[in-house]
Amino acid sequence: MSTNPYQDDRGNKDRSIANPAGSGSLHAGSYSGQPQKGTAGEPFLIGEAMTGGYGGGADILHGCTIAVDKGEIAVIVGPNGAGKSTAMKAVFGMLDLRAGDVRLNGESIARLAPQARVARGMAFVPQTSNVFTSLTVEENLEMGAFLRRDDISGTMEQVYGLFPILRDKRRQKAGELSGGQRQQVAVGRALMTRPSVLMLDEPTAGVSPIVMDELFDRIIEVARTGISILMVEQNARQALAIADKGYVLVQGRNRFTDTGEALLNDPDVRKSFLGG
Amino acid sequence: MDFLNALVALANFVLIPATAYGAQLALGALGVTLIYGILRFSNFAHGDTMAFGAMVTILVTWWLQGAGITAGPLPTALIALPVGIAGTALLLLAMDRSIYAFYRAKKAKPVVLVIVSMGVMFMLNGIVRFIIGPDNQRFADGERFIISARDFKTMTGLDEGLSLKTSQGITVVTAVIVVALLFWFLTHTRTGKSMRAYSDNEDLALLSGINPEKVVAITWIIVAALATVAGVLYGLDKSFKPFTYFQLLLPIFASAIVGGLGSPVGAIVGGFVIAFSEVTVTYAWKKIATYLLPDAWAPDSLVQLLSTDYKFAVSFVILVIVLLFRPTGIFAGKSV
Ligand SMILES: Nc1ncnc2c1ncn2[C@@H]1O[C@H](COP(=O)(O)OP(=O)(O)OP(=O)(O)O)[C@@H](O)[C@H]1O
Ligand SMILES: [Mg+2]
Repeated sequence: MSTNPYQDDRGNKDRSIANPAGSGSLHAGSYSGQPQKGTAGEPFLIGEAMTGGYGGGADILHGCTIAVDKGEIAVIVGPNGAGKSTAMKAVFGMLDLRAGDVRLNGESIARLAPQARVARGMAFVPQTSNVFTSLTVEENLEMGAFLRRDDISGTMEQVYGLFPILRDKRRQKAGELSGGQRQQVAVGRALMTRPSVLMLDEPTAGVSPIVMDELFDRIIEVARTGISILMVEQNARQALAIADKGYVLVQGRNRFTDTGEALLNDPDVRKSFLGG
Repeated sequence: MDFLNALVALANFVLIPATAYGAQLALGALGVTLIYGILRFSNFAHGDTMAFGAMVTILVTWWLQGAGITAGPLPTALIALPVGIAGTALLLLAMDRSIYAFYRAKKAKPVVLVIVSMGVMFMLNGIVRFIIGPDNQRFADGERFIISARDFKTMTGLDEGLSLKTSQGITVVTAVIVVALLFWFLTHTRTGKSMRAYSDNEDLALLSGINPEKVVAITWIIVAALATVAGVLYGLDKSFKPFTYFQLLLPIFASAIVGGLGSPVGAIVGGFVIAFSEVTVTYAWKKIATYLLPDAWAPDSLVQLLSTDYKFAVSFVILVIVLLFRPTGIFAGKSV
């Protein structure tokens, strides 16, 4: 229940006067922490000791730290409701942070609005509703490049090179594609800004194991081009296998942090989070 | 001969007026549908926005006429139209800044905005009446007819005359141009695509770097243009009276909903469906029936299904019938 009286529509279902479809829930977070100077040698993007929650609600993150270095893949895993998506939103400026800091390239961005972070070279693929369903595939990619004023055809070629199926479907509406194809559109849209950091919230949700392997291969390819990848994954085993860095979150706290390989081999992690 | 006469009478009393009226409704419904799709509420102030746009245009027209500037055979109002659009755009942007922006910042539910738009409707209602008065205003000038009934009769030797008013011709031509421009804008320009993207998924639009305030502002400007054009064309064709514009809200909403809310193509089709139904149902068919039927069957009554006083009921009935069979409207907009 929201306490905002402007959001009380008392069960109004009349679509002839009110159109809730596609309306935004994204909220630019406030920041009441202390921005820090970055230390030498710290990761390219770091959300450090982040504590905060949604609006006036209780804290969901408790001193949570996630980071990714240039051209590396960092994976966040953990049980449902652990705060994985929330941690991603915190890094992207969509959570009210009461303590901690977010730094990109050694500079605090904790006070920046999400749009400003896009302009700084961060791209985010949300967990749900991550394509424009009524726009064609090509238009989706164009919208991804909205902030760019230069020629985008080269980047579009790269995206089509990465996901050849999208080239064949480019005149089709994204809403008519299969789940796996949609995820490709979503990642493609995010790549169109030519970001330095790509944040993916469960990019393989609802896709078959074969397509998942495909997607992971593509993600590795993207990381090879120097783009840092920070992603949340349910398929923990496969994701940690390609991860340079892994974070296990539980109830908004870091439980384990290590290289992907070390986490995969850690008996505690295996027992509690990877099903033995 | 009788058959030709019947055909001419049909064109003169039904086809031509309904086409012009349909074009006016379509332009109005396009504005409603754009606001519904992009700003996500039904704008009850749309009829009065049309009245405001028409009013500004009329005032400028009078001034131009006073200064001796006319458009020759065309109505002077066409020269004044851009000023009317600019004035209305300024008004809507000011309304947005001072009223709607507040509710957007609060992330108010659409139903709240509907009520807000009713408040705006009453304000505009008052402003228009305060400035130009509640009465009928005439501002049409120039050549009245493209073809007058008398010329048509002497030309063809038929008993029935066919008249095509300048205002009707202009209405259809202008509507075609405006609609073509709008569709080109929405599908081919960067800004147009960003408006569709924002309508589709606000959050993702934001994450793509699309500035919502800019999308909203451009939407209001386009709506101002559509409303003013619709208002002026209606005023030229019939006459300008603030209350009539308020009443137009019903057929306009009916058009937008019948066509499928949020669908621009639907708004246009809906406009013509409503206009043709309204005109056919309220037209007295006696004359045409007399031409077509053998003398013995000639009707005594007017053969009018509904008195014109009830014409607004037609919008409702069509609305109900269409929605019974296609709940999302003809062009599958949003389910109502
Ligand atoms: N918009 C919101 N407002 C308030 N609370 C929220 C909001 N979104 C999530 N939460 C709460 O935050 C907690 C963490 O949710 P989050 O979505 O981050 O989990 P998650 O780890 O991503 O889970 P999943 O694996 O199911 O995606 C949950 O208890 C949830 O109820
Ligand atoms: Mg999640």
